[in-house]
Amino acid sequence: MSNLAWIFVSTMIVNNFTLVMFLGLCSFFGVTAKVETAWRLGLANTFVLLLTAFCAWILNSYILARAPYLRTVAFIVVIASGVQVTEMAVKKYFPVLFRQLGIYLPLITTNCAILGLALFQTSRRYTLLEGIVFALGAGLGLTLALSLMASIRERLELADVPAVARRMGLVLIVASCLSLAFMGFAGMGSGQ
Amino acid sequence: MTATMPAPADLVPGAPPPATVLQDVWRGIGSENPVVVQMLGMCPTMAVTNLVANGIAMGLATTFVMVGSGLIVSLFRRRIANEVRITSYILIIATFVTLADMILAATFPVISKALGPFMPLIVANCLLLGRAEAFAAKVGVTRAVADGFGMGMGFTLSLTALSALRELLGRGTLLGVPVLSARYEPWVFMVLPPGGFFALGLLLLSVAWVAGRRKRKAHAR
Repeated sequence: MSNLAWIFVSTMIVNNFTLVMFLGLCSFFGVTAKVETAWRLGLANTFVLLLTAFCAWILNSYILARAPYLRTVAFIVVIASGVQVTEMAVKKYFPVLFRQLGIYLPLITTNCAILGLALFQTSRRYTLLEGIVFALGAGLGLTLALSLMASIRERLELADVPAVARRMGLVLIVASCLSLAFMGFAGMGSGQ
Repeated sequence: MTATMPAPADLVPGAPPPATVLQDVWRGIGSENPVVVQMLGMCPTMAVTNLVANGIAMGLATTFVMVGSGLIVSLFRRRIANEVRITSYILIIATFVTLADMILAATFPVISKALGPFMPLIVANCLLLGRAEAFAAKVGVTRAVADGFGMGMGFTLSLTALSALRELLGRGTLLGVPVLSARYEPWVFMVLPPGGFFALGLLLLSVAWVAGRRKRKAHAR
């Protein structure tokens, strides 16, 4: 039990996928102009992460043991179809949510956080339950990072900064400060 | 399948404007540099640039995948049905990434270990899918390869610059060789994750500053 709790806290905060492991940076910089879309995308990502953790576990235990060189290809195909299925399900059962998410839903396929999760889960040999907890922690960590960044950027819109810094440069420096804050938790892992 | 409909290359909708091979190569290095200008492929850019050797290896591996996938996507551009094109591109890219992963593991096992999961993660680099969709699928083989090579080189150069800055300030070395004097206190911050964001932020700020100065000078004239 404490092992599961540790995996959860470690992936969500200590080794935050976006700010410490550099996974899913495209959406981190691309979709964080508004808080509303940021946390919704975070939750959609969490769902796909959970689905991927489950599929990756099935692939790892039944198929990839016999053909390890197919790992990259197999994972990306499963992720692409998983996103497709999610998109169809959301469209059918939650049409309102589907309209709110728009283009961001299919774009989850090329989010490296998803493929990264499957790869890390494989290299750390997680069981199914550990994998699911890992995915939940990663997804909530992603949501946290996206909403934090979006809140800061909404404030930055009104700030009077030099012309040079008006584009991505300043956003990256802000991300650096956020990442530094998350690094403060790094000591928590040393006892493990 | 739309395979039976051969269309001349210059009639493809949304095809990029004609250019010489050299222009195709230069675009990726300069005016449309993937990292500094387009901000694509951010994850590997920051994750592996703590050491120069890692940055160069990642850049070259990405170049290999870009050229290879550009070649195949362009070769089969009239045979891939529109509905399944994204999936086909991803599969082509994943194949080349697997190849690059295996070649690197066989030739430079130390670097391969340092890059770890970021080698297979090249698949999810949006630069690759973006160029396949926007360029390689709409032009002939020569131009697709030239563009892939240029983009790959632009990516490699940015990664090398970024990793040189981080390794120099963070460890006082370049490619593992001590450069700064022993009295230099390394900024450990630069090789840690926040340093990645910070170094790229500095790079982008200086590019914006130089571009702004150039524009002002042109105005003054």
